[in-house]
Amino acid sequence: MSAATVLAGTLVVALNAYVLLGGADFGGGVWDLLARGPRAESQRQLVAQAIGPVWEANHVWLILAIVLLFTCFPAAFARIVVPLNLPLTGMLIGIVLRGSAFAFRGYGGDRDAVQRRWGRVFAMASLVTPLLLGTTLGAVASGAVGGVATAAPGDFAARYLAPWLAPFPLSVGVFTLACFAFLAATYLTLETTDGPLRDDFRRRALASGVAVGAAALAGLLAAGPAAPLMRHGLLGSGWALPFQLATGVVALTALGALVWRRYALARRCAVLQVSLVLWGWAWSQYPYVVPPDLTIEAAAAPTVTLRLVLAALVLGALVLVPSLFYLFRVFKGSDRRSAVSHQ
Amino acid sequence: MSDLLAARFQMAMSLAFHIIFAVVGIAMPVMMVVAEHRWRRTGDPVYLDLAKRWARGTAILFAVGAVSGTVLSFELGLLWPTFMRFAGAIIGMPFSLEGFAFFTEAIFLGVYLYGWERVSARAHLFAGAMVAASGALSGVFVVTANAWMNTPTGFDLVNGAPVNVRPVAAMLSAAAPAQVLHMTLAAYAATGFAVAGIHAFLILRGRRAAFHRHALTIALLVGAPAAVLQPISGDYAAAMVARHQPAKLAAMESLFHTQRHAPIVLGGWPDASQRRTRFGVPLPYALSLLAFHDPNATVTGLDSVPRDQWPNLPAVHLSFDVMVACGTYMAIVGLWTAWLARRRTDFARSQRFLLAVVIGAPLGFIAIETGWTVTELGRQPWIIYGVLRTADAVTPMPGQPWRTGVFALVYVFLAIVVTVLLSRQIVRSPMHTGEFRTPGGGA
Repeated sequence: MSAATVLAGTLVVALNAYVLLGGADFGGGVWDLLARGPRAESQRQLVAQAIGPVWEANHVWLILAIVLLFTCFPAAFARIVVPLNLPLTGMLIGIVLRGSAFAFRGYGGDRDAVQRRWGRVFAMASLVTPLLLGTTLGAVASGAVGGVATAAPGDFAARYLAPWLAPFPLSVGVFTLACFAFLAATYLTLETTDGPLRDDFRRRALASGVAVGAAALAGLLAAGPAAPLMRHGLLGSGWALPFQLATGVVALTALGALVWRRYALARRCAVLQVSLVLWGWAWSQYPYVVPPDLTIEAAAAPTVTLRLVLAALVLGALVLVPSLFYLFRVFKGSDRRSAVSHQ
Repeated sequence: MSDLLAARFQMAMSLAFHIIFAVVGIAMPVMMVVAEHRWRRTGDPVYLDLAKRWARGTAILFAVGAVSGTVLSFELGLLWPTFMRFAGAIIGMPFSLEGFAFFTEAIFLGVYLYGWERVSARAHLFAGAMVAASGALSGVFVVTANAWMNTPTGFDLVNGAPVNVRPVAAMLSAAAPAQVLHMTLAAYAATGFAVAGIHAFLILRGRRAAFHRHALTIALLVGAPAAVLQPISGDYAAAMVARHQPAKLAAMESLFHTQRHAPIVLGGWPDASQRRTRFGVPLPYALSLLAFHDPNATVTGLDSVPRDQWPNLPAVHLSFDVMVACGTYMAIVGLWTAWLARRRTDFARSQRFLLAVVIGAPLGFIAIETGWTVTELGRQPWIIYGVLRTADAVTPMPGQPWRTGVFALVYVFLAIVVTVLLSRQIVRSPMHTGEFRTPGGGA
């Protein structure tokens, strides 16, 4: 396997981590927005408590992914950012508002009106950012970003709107949002020992799990006319069908586990399901970084750069992996029940 | 406003905004760790209160720094796709390393903020030290990437495209050591002085609590040594600019004619069309001495640079003078601090010293903003000095002023909110001697 392929794989790993960790934080924001009923305030508190210590670390995965993209595949980066300027700009504003709103709410001071207002900003931005993130990924996968070069230079709509303002990318956006909400609700069932509160999130996990399925179906239908390459990748090739079936089985197991209150199993399945979808997408567009024509090898930086980045990745992992393990052991380990009472 | 100007404006705004948070993220963890260390040593709860407050301040500012940094990493491509296509493979390396350093910082900040009761005393201090160290390291890597734009190396240019790329050589470009040293010291000096100034102000207003005196001491401990060393690193940086970016040095010093015995012109208004500086005060021989450490040395003037490669002269020259003035003032206050410390005088007892520290509070940040103005505007019209023009790197997408306008609104809004939040933190600080909030109120 070439260095470029390994690095492309690493890029997907970083994206995968971002989706599972940062994505769940977005989902937490969605549940903050949708907090209802007699336990609305406890729901919000649980979300904040679960996210707090791991928040910053979870969001660095996106920076890592983008840095790997522009270092190892500068041609792909330059090609993606120009036509997707508008959704990316929107996503960035969402990220800025969300990150700062979270910090302001958490450290800003007393529980008062100001803090509630920041809660709103946090929640709204949590809704918009995943939608736009998914839309940009969908636009790349559909091949529309790669194909934009053929549009007339003066045609603003064809160059800067059409690639992403289309049924398939938008349905990927909705799918992403549903996945994030599903992940968050599933994780949150394991973040509390309070029975009714846990059940609130169980029901939310089930509802969003069904929404994930519906959005996936809509995405497949939209992929038919708009993204033939994607559809072929997802359904056409030899390995694709078993892969899709496996994803489906995992998804159903996750829902079943939620129904029967097997929360740990549900979390494992949810993680696996979302990861399978992401890797399914990556495999379906392999060997292209920007379909339909820019391959991993063609977009790759010179070998010397790739080798150095690989070395840096290994060195970085030596520091990062134990650190991350430590962070999650301290705050997400089995002894956290006693620890929560301190807050 | 043209698309190019709007893109430059947006980049300048994003950097000017981000640098403040990045700088505090480098220096404030040091103060927080020192405070915690003293608490563990002395058991004085005031130090614990300080450590927790600085940790909370770090958390707010780090969060804003993290998101504004995320924006910048995308903006490099959104605004300058041609630049990234050219430079990604060459200087992506320091950005990757910065990503790891930043990651480490985020992880240990989480442990530090939320781990007061969860991890051992030793592990907690270690986490704080990791935040401080990785914060400084991220700064080093990002400045390294910027240095390459000033003194590009590590590739050969063939038909306008880079070949034979050598990323390690690119990281070790000529400007890197000088810029890294100058910026790292600036981070400690600016943050130390800003924090010291706030507490000196409150002491002057009659808040004599131990809280403020301890805070003042620790902030000066971080800020004063850096401020004293900064002129030396500045001299080293200027000598580097003189050798590698003569056009920038000429613009900084408003030197129109290549000459021996070159003077430094203090202040004044460089008039590009008349090719002379109005109202400036010249110091003969000073520039030759400063740039080459020889009063007879010849210094390249703007007349040796093609007219279409001149940066904006008034902006660069005046920014440079403001930076130097701020830095000089801070170095003097730094020496004063050292003198008081040597005589074991209580800082809080000298009204004149406190007033001097208060005046110094904003100067470090003014120096950082004007200093980066010199670095960036002084490189224009190039985005990569002598290799790629900024105008050729900008995105082809029309309508940039609109997007810049939206970003400007977001940044103005955030700036107001951060100011309000931090002043709320400061206003609620202890009023009288011995009073402090119960520990455990940490984030």
